[in-house]
Amino acid sequence: MAALRVLVGVKRVIDFAVKVRVAPGGAAVQTQGVKHSLNPFCEIALEEAVRLREAGAAAEVVVATLGTKASQETLRTALAMGADRAVLAELAEGAAAGPREVAVALAALARRLQPQLVLLGKQAIDDDCNQTGQILAAILDWPQGTFASRVSLEPGAVQVQREVDGGLETLRLRLPAVLTADLRLNEPRYATLPNIMKAKKKPLEVVPAADLGVPAGPPRLRLLQLQEPPPRAGGEKVESVESLLGKLRHAGRI
Amino acid sequence: MALRAGGRWARPGSALRGRCSGPRRAGDAPRHRHLREALRKIIDKEINPFVDKWEEEGQFPAHKVFKILGQAGFLGVDKPTEYGGMGLDFSYNIAVAEELGNVRCGGIPMAIGVQAGMATPALTRFGSHELKKQFLVPTIAGDFVACLGISEDGAGSDVANIKTTAVRKGDEYVINGGKMWITSGSQADWMCLLANTSKGPPHQNKSLICLPMNLPGIHVAKKIDKLGMRSSDTAQIFFEDVRVPCKNLIGEEGKGFTYQMLQFQEERLWGVATALTPMETIIQETIDYTGQRKVFGQPVLHNQTVHFRLAELATEVELLRSLLHRAVALYVEGNDVTKFASMAKLKAGRLTREVTDSCLQFWGGMGFTNEVLVSRFYRDLRLMSIGGGTDETMLSIICKYMDILPRK
Repeated sequence: MAALRVLVGVKRVIDFAVKVRVAPGGAAVQTQGVKHSLNPFCEIALEEAVRLREAGAAAEVVVATLGTKASQETLRTALAMGADRAVLAELAEGAAAGPREVAVALAALARRLQPQLVLLGKQAIDDDCNQTGQILAAILDWPQGTFASRVSLEPGAVQVQREVDGGLETLRLRLPAVLTADLRLNEPRYATLPNIMKAKKKPLEVVPAADLGVPAGPPRLRLLQLQEPPPRAGGEKVESVESLLGKLRHAGRI
Repeated sequence: MALRAGGRWARPGSALRGRCSGPRRAGDAPRHRHLREALRKIIDKEINPFVDKWEEEGQFPAHKVFKILGQAGFLGVDKPTEYGGMGLDFSYNIAVAEELGNVRCGGIPMAIGVQAGMATPALTRFGSHELKKQFLVPTIAGDFVACLGISEDGAGSDVANIKTTAVRKGDEYVINGGKMWITSGSQADWMCLLANTSKGPPHQNKSLICLPMNLPGIHVAKKIDKLGMRSSDTAQIFFEDVRVPCKNLIGEEGKGFTYQMLQFQEERLWGVATALTPMETIIQETIDYTGQRKVFGQPVLHNQTVHFRLAELATEVELLRSLLHRAVALYVEGNDVTKFASMAKLKAGRLTREVTDSCLQFWGGMGFTNEVLVSRFYRDLRLMSIGGGTDETMLSIICKYMDILPRK
């Protein structure tokens, strides 16, 4: 189990508590001046990696992200939570990336760093894609264990319990493997002040995204339009089934 | 999407909220950013969900909360690393204080202030290594709850007039007397006690002693039933022939008054820092409420008297913040900021009353209930003009620095 390296992919997203607004133009969300933080599922993935290292099952935790310069802050938070070093695959200001672009960058890093385990959050809370882990596993041709709610390492393999529609499924995957973390995998720790100060000195490497093979140009997924849901209108109580049917017909719903 | 319950405080959405809680406002140092975010998480998860309950119960669980904060490193931010502190400068303390303003009451930040900044500075600077190991280390770690025993029933502003005595008998001090207004007094493991240790001039006959609170003869007479700060227990304590080893003396006998005076600047700047965010929160919640509360067909907020007043108050909050940051920057460079600290404390005492009073009025009937935050801060922040140095004391200090105080 010596020298087992874990690569954790994280994403900088708008903080979950912020009320998000559509930017003028209707093609994007307002991000200027809005609080961002580490994606909660990525936090859970990172926590799991740090616990593996603390238990002696892993030797090093490397955290990586594909993003603009602002993502460095997110990486510092990850370092404060216990990652050993960080890599920023840097995008130019204003450039966008989707799951495929992120997977390409992480695959290149995986080939470079040779981790036995790649841990990601199951999805980001801004786009809810739930694709990056799966695409990454396909590119690398590694086994995947998504929606992990329990992870345990064995020699040369990892046992992962997955939360699926039918209940809980347990798989044993040969290493190296890609896992994505679900909500109940663990409860992430608070970054303590001593670790926050230590994190300032941990290595953070910046690599241009193009060097990792991330294609320049627009992402494969193009957002056509974004609009806020219509304001919730009040409901109406009716006295009988006939009345209900009549109202629904009148409203053109049936 | 909802992730997990608890932690997130539901508030009416508003155009400003994203910006207010967003990346740090101009003047907030980038170097404090991660510290503030980490502390905010703890507040949102471990403190705010329970504040209503603790306010009703009249006490918050100090050992539990301080242990969480201590483990995360927030109780010894400017204390030496040798004793478990972070060894950072005072500006980091102030960053902690400003972030604690996100707690939805005044009592808990006040108690944290005693723990992290009022009971320990003299011990840190002048206490023996042994004494620091015994008292400072567990206080920074959050294992011990500390309290500060200065004020008495008959002496508040007039500190030199305290009557508690600590008479040397062999290698012990025998303590008689009593203390009043002791924050966390009924939960504390030890008290930083100021007592008269000799006869003589009142500024030179007092000493600071580390007093374990489990000694025979210490009576926590009552928990005082207060108008505000209700989640912070405040005790009246009596001492009857309490014996404590002489080695518990901090620094030199007779220097206690001087030692305690030295930390007043920090205590006052801390107090100002904890008051800023609550004022902003109240102003914002008032905007949200009056924006949707209709009177005679239009939102209350649309009345010029309302939105103009809120603008005035917001302006004054920013001015106070600027004075605070200026004083802190000068202090960190090694300057004496007594005058600025006193000015800031004076202004904070008055401004908190103006903000909460004006905003409560705009809330109308709802402002008069216990169901809203504005009434709680109306009560809690009223203490600012009294505790930690009254407005009148601040005015005297400023006059002294302006050289306009009549000589005796």
